[in-house]
Amino acid sequence: MSSGGFSTEKPDAELPPWQEMLPGSVLDQAGNSVHRKTGFWRGGGRRPLLDLKLCVQCLHCWISCPDACFILSDGKVIGIDYDHCKGCGICSRECPPMVNAIVLIDEGRFR
Amino acid sequence: MPNPELLLASKHSEPMASGHSLCAGCAAGVIVRQVIMSVEDPVVVANATGCLEVCTGVYPVTSWNVSWIHNAFANVAATLSGVESAYRALRKRGEIPAREIKFVAFGGDGGTYDIGLQSLSGVMERGHDLVYVCYDNGAYMNTGVQRSSATPLGANTSTSPAGNLTSGKAELRKDMTAIAEAHGIPYVAQSSPGYYMDLMHKARRAFQTKGPAFLNVLSPCPLGWASEPTDSLVLARLAVDTCMWPLFEIAKGQFSLTYLPLEKKPVVEWLKLQGRFRHLFQSDHQNLIDQIQSGVDQNWQKILERAGSAVPSFAGPADSDRWGY
Amino acid sequence: MTASRRRSKTKNEVRGMSTQSVPQDRADSDRSRKEVVLSGNMAVAHALRQVDPHVFPGYPITPSTKIMEMVASFIANGEMQCELVAVESEHSALSVAVGAAAAGARVASATSSQGLAFMWEMLYIAAGSQLPMVLAVGNRALSAPINGFSDHGEAMGARDSGWLQFHSESVQETYDNIVQAFRIGEDRRVRLPVMVCLDGFVLTHTSENIFLENDEAIRNFVRPYRTEYTLLNPDRPVSYGLGDPPEFYMEHKMRQQAGMERALQVIEEVGAEFGRCFGRHYGLLDPYRMEDAEVAIVILGSEAGRVKNVVDELRASGKKAGVLRIRFVRPFPDEQIVKHLLPLRAVAVMDRSYAPGAVGAPVFQEIRSSLYEYRGGAPHVINRIYGLGGRELRAADVRTIFSELDSLRAGNESVPAIRLVGLRGEPLPNWRDQQAFKMPVGQS
Repeated sequence: MSSGGFSTEKPDAELPPWQEMLPGSVLDQAGNSVHRKTGFWRGGGRRPLLDLKLCVQCLHCWISCPDACFILSDGKVIGIDYDHCKGCGICSRECPPMVNAIVLIDEGRFR
Repeated sequence: MPNPELLLASKHSEPMASGHSLCAGCAAGVIVRQVIMSVEDPVVVANATGCLEVCTGVYPVTSWNVSWIHNAFANVAATLSGVESAYRALRKRGEIPAREIKFVAFGGDGGTYDIGLQSLSGVMERGHDLVYVCYDNGAYMNTGVQRSSATPLGANTSTSPAGNLTSGKAELRKDMTAIAEAHGIPYVAQSSPGYYMDLMHKARRAFQTKGPAFLNVLSPCPLGWASEPTDSLVLARLAVDTCMWPLFEIAKGQFSLTYLPLEKKPVVEWLKLQGRFRHLFQSDHQNLIDQIQSGVDQNWQKILERAGSAVPSFAGPADSDRWGY
Repeated sequence: MTASRRRSKTKNEVRGMSTQSVPQDRADSDRSRKEVVLSGNMAVAHALRQVDPHVFPGYPITPSTKIMEMVASFIANGEMQCELVAVESEHSALSVAVGAAAAGARVASATSSQGLAFMWEMLYIAAGSQLPMVLAVGNRALSAPINGFSDHGEAMGARDSGWLQFHSESVQETYDNIVQAFRIGEDRRVRLPVMVCLDGFVLTHTSENIFLENDEAIRNFVRPYRTEYTLLNPDRPVSYGLGDPPEFYMEHKMRQQAGMERALQVIEEVGAEFGRCFGRHYGLLDPYRMEDAEVAIVILGSEAGRVKNVVDELRASGKKAGVLRIRFVRPFPDEQIVKHLLPLRAVAVMDRSYAPGAVGAPVFQEIRSSLYEYRGGAPHVINRIYGLGGRELRAADVRTIFSELDSLRAGNESVPAIRLVGLRGEPLPNWRDQQAFKMPVGQS
């Protein structure tokens, strides 16, 4: 099925018939894109590594991530959601240079 | 310790979930999160057709954790004004709970400077209580980087190509912030996601403002700017530190410069990180670079004159890599 | 303007209504309703005042401007609670309507001609998003050349945008249609926007005695509007207008189509209920003297009155002529139309719009196509295009069309299949004559 990359890639049998869909293509779910992994976008590219021992919890990485991949607990960063991180590396530039708690490393090392 | 602004925001539920398909390093995602997390009340989002719209909602999947509507390309402002009017009408008759709801529209520069300008102008004139955020990435990125009226002079786009006879876009960009200001609306600001404090503070003021508020936010685009995804927010700050994208606000007609670079950097520092300006450095285009610089200088001079003695007492760090810490 | 005047009450009551006797439960509204003189625009505005939708986005355009002006004045004087959004264009008017409807508001607006054309983009969005709303369209010819007078060009262009489309014959029917339109469009089986057409000037500006029903009775009839999918419930976020990939788009279109098909039944139900409440009964069609007719004219809108007059004349001289007025172009009531037309010998479909390069005008195309399965026993069907850009249709023109039908019945094949009524100069010699239709495909 050519659908410009938007396809759900499910066979017809798993998709709902029209009667089961809401009128007007309304969707009554929220934020369900979390079930769609975008971590593979990193390909063989860069992976941010967060060193919590160095981290000063300034939250710059969290507020600068386009993909909301910094996991917070009680107002503190506790890790990175690699299922969704696209490896843009913005966080590594936003982490204050004298802290330098996030480094980008070659993904190949994790293969 | 984090900034108190961020501590507050960290208590906010995530407005836009992961799993959207914005390019790696797209600043639009950063802008949306910073803007919505600046306000505690629930928001309803309207989205113009564009990158943000197609990448965050394709049936049956959405990244939005808030109510969201996309209508068409040219009419995000009018659409949201309809939602806001309905809210007032339904509240007036007691048909919905008396609960505060905020309204925010996101449009790219195509949907704001160009095709959506009339609709936005109408909304600003009518005085609807909503916030309009333009994420200005300076071209029609969703359709593959065509020029818009926000594209800077000299930028190479697919419809203002740098060729043997041409050097990218030949025209100056439109000053949309000034156009919004000319409507006499209560709050207009220009901001950048590279300075999250600035953007979140302005977004909060915009939401608190009764009546229309317009935020013009520079949105670096790795695809269209041909820049490193990693550099997106660096570019967002460099634009400010070169004074190419000054940060200011006009609240009830009162102009304030909200950021004064310690050292005004030459605009080439911003240009050279972007492939869309590469041709300016490859052949003899020093004239054009000078022209861009003098345009920036003139505009900055005007801004400084306007700010007068009211330039901010604080000043940003000279090195944009070391800002804010 | 005989077309819009109410003809003899003793004979046929008000145009567009059946002649059924007044039921008992009408008694209450009888006492409190008023008989007033109103133009079509004023009647629409009063219907809107009584329904009092939440939001009315509007942009003035001749000949429907008065509707917005009166809504503004009702609001200014506290007679309506509605939010008037005085937008800067029709494009924004319908954009506001879509936003407001998605937020759960009841929405109405009015426009004409270029205004409807400027709404085009959102016509499809309102319908595709299944957002009920009511749009009064004071029909006016499209530019170029700029004209300003009535024809159905803009409405016919919008017939496939997914909106239900009423065409009213009289001011009374316009008023009644606006009231019913809310109920029909908002019905959960339908959930579609509704366009109520009234011919520019002929109806919009011509005054007629009408019954203005009691405010309370109208409000009770339309009922409060509630929708479960609203942008304004933060506890239950919804998304409107998501991108739709190929594996869902067709199903969503079918969802929309189901609303359209179910509307046929809902229109009849609501029309019947309206009749029980107010004594004026409506269905999908308005057949006039069709019982034993041999020839008939099919027509929409205000000019049906003129054709009915001619039919009365012809009947008096012993000719079995009838009129079938179509009240709804969308959904197109093909089965009901076929039922009326099959027993006939010859039919002229009168279109007040034209489709350059097409085989006849829109209503003609659909009727011919509806009759195709019955081609053995179907009547001859010809197309008479009239009244473009406000050109007057005279009784003599209608008589000519009936005599053409007689001639066709008698086997005269020189009667042109398609003709512009009242056109000066000879028609193009090969322009879709009857022979051309009969020629099998592939032969020259």
